[in-house]
Amino acid sequence: MSLAPTIASETSTDGVLLALTGDWTLRAGAGLERQAAALVAAAGGARRATLDISAIESLDTAGAWLIDRSRESMSASGIEAALTGVRAEHATLLRAAHYRPVEALPHRRGPSATALLADVGESVYVSGVDLIAGIDLLGRLVAVFARAAISPVRWRLTALAFHLESFSLRSAPIIVMINFFVGAIVAQQGISQLARYGAGAYTVDLVGILILREMGLLLTSIMVAGRTGSAMTAEIGAMNMREEIDALKVMALDPVEVLILPRAAALVLSMPILTFLGDIAALFGAGLVMWYIGGVTPEAFFTRLQQPYSLERFEVGLIKAPFMALIIGIIAAAEGFAVSGSAESLGAKVTSSVVKSIFMVIVVDGIFALYFAAVDF
Amino acid sequence: MTAASLSRPPHPAWEIEIRVRGLEVGFGEKLVMKGLDLDIHRGEVLGFVGASGAGKSVLTRAILGLLHRRAGSIEVKGRDLDAMTEAERGRVERRWGVLFQQGALFSSLTVKQNIQAPMREHLDISPRLREELAMLKLALVGLPPDAADKFPSELSGGMIKRAALARALALDPEVLFLDEPTSGLDPIGAGDFDDLIGTLQETLGLTVFMVTHDLDSLYAICDRVAVLGQGRVIAIGPISELLDSSDPWIKSYFHGKRGSGREAAARSGGAAARLL
Repeated sequence: MSLAPTIASETSTDGVLLALTGDWTLRAGAGLERQAAALVAAAGGARRATLDISAIESLDTAGAWLIDRSRESMSASGIEAALTGVRAEHATLLRAAHYRPVEALPHRRGPSATALLADVGESVYVSGVDLIAGIDLLGRLVAVFARAAISPVRWRLTALAFHLESFSLRSAPIIVMINFFVGAIVAQQGISQLARYGAGAYTVDLVGILILREMGLLLTSIMVAGRTGSAMTAEIGAMNMREEIDALKVMALDPVEVLILPRAAALVLSMPILTFLGDIAALFGAGLVMWYIGGVTPEAFFTRLQQPYSLERFEVGLIKAPFMALIIGIIAAAEGFAVSGSAESLGAKVTSSVVKSIFMVIVVDGIFALYFAAVDF
Repeated sequence: MTAASLSRPPHPAWEIEIRVRGLEVGFGEKLVMKGLDLDIHRGEVLGFVGASGAGKSVLTRAILGLLHRRAGSIEVKGRDLDAMTEAERGRVERRWGVLFQQGALFSSLTVKQNIQAPMREHLDISPRLREELAMLKLALVGLPPDAADKFPSELSGGMIKRAALARALALDPEVLFLDEPTSGLDPIGAGDFDDLIGTLQETLGLTVFMVTHDLDSLYAICDRVAVLGQGRVIAIGPISELLDSSDPWIKSYFHGKRGSGREAAARSGGAAARLL
């Protein structure tokens, strides 16, 4: 049971006597502050104020601080203020929690035009730094790969197998599923739009080109960036936070070789497999929809699909896959290494790993499209 | 300091702050606490020792309600924790301060924000007072004011312990749980930290429950020491009593290479340890 902090004031010719009672502790919350303010107000105008704290039930640091602060602000306004009836246990507390001025809250800078410009400049600069960090990591990865290619004992086969399982086998179901649905949706839309021009049968061409050249790969890359890239950044980031990366370095081990090479290699191997599975699933989904809605039999679907160039389309899609894997792996690793001490930074880096990976995958896909158009492939 | 705390007479009417009875905690097949009984007296510094892996941290976490109990009861001021409503439990927990072994400071908040976090959540006070109290707690634990705006990742191990202690003290707790407060500190830093806890305990009238491996801490500030073994408290009493214990583990703990020097200094005679 706590008693509210209260004051009884008694004015005499000599000054004002303020008797404090009740619990002067944090449990009183805002009441405690109000009473402290009332204390100062009650002494206003008097020449001398005496604070009698002998009848206080209990006191904590907050109470002691506020009583001493009130005394201090009375003194500041020219009132002779003193404490009386200080019990021994309260004396130690008052000594420990005596009033000392605390510098004012730092003024928070509001948003301004210059701050906005500075932010823009900083983002541009940071993007440049990130790009250099990514290229640096790519270079180190290539160097480590070259060394590992010369002496195969450097390959961590257990790690590679473990990551291959988690990156390809365990991602396969979700990637097959979304590709199946997207293939079905594209086919359904193709039929309903093209049928108006009597060109429903061309849906097979549409689906074939779209899925094999672009969609299968993009969807797979986006899923891998979200599923595997984020996990990789989080793993490496958490290891970085707990100095595990530093531990590797002082053991004369290269973190890029130990951590990144197996993951990047597993990713580069997984991505074509996943893209292939994705392509097949999307074609399957499209074929089913064409059969049920468009009335195109599976025989007709596959015959139409097997035109000249269809294998090339398929190759175009698959050729890009390892590059996308490398982009995702490098961005994920670079972001992981950039994690600093706080949990907040881990979250921020995982987010930016996924966002940057997806962005770069799409940019690079565009560059590939230009390139293939130029070489007429 | 050492002599002063040792000569402090046992309180005539120790009130029991926390009473643990028949505590059982296990993980899977393994039972770590096998019917542990423990009384924590109000206003004492209770040191808790035991071999690594004996379950000292498990006990602390079980009392704090962070681990599930298989059996047993915990009473706080005579009231069973299990019989309390959520709100009552909250009030009890607000009177407890905990210093975790690694500090457990929120890494995305500055030291000052860390100290203010419990105040912000539980207290209805003005920003000015919150600011002042945070700086006061910082001064109480002996941190310089410029540490206030630093992030935990920018602090040294000793500063993290102090900042975490300041956060544990934020709500002016009555009971302070310390999990290895001096581990990872240099002997001077550890000694200072012991003094700090002793001073705060006396000033604020705290009840301190301290898990420690640091013999210096035990000698310097603990009123009583409890020894954990085989899932129970095997001995409890003032350190002078434990020194005369015949239990082999206690003997080697206090009379081993690392303990014997201090023992001579601290020994002030005592009856045989009360073996439970």
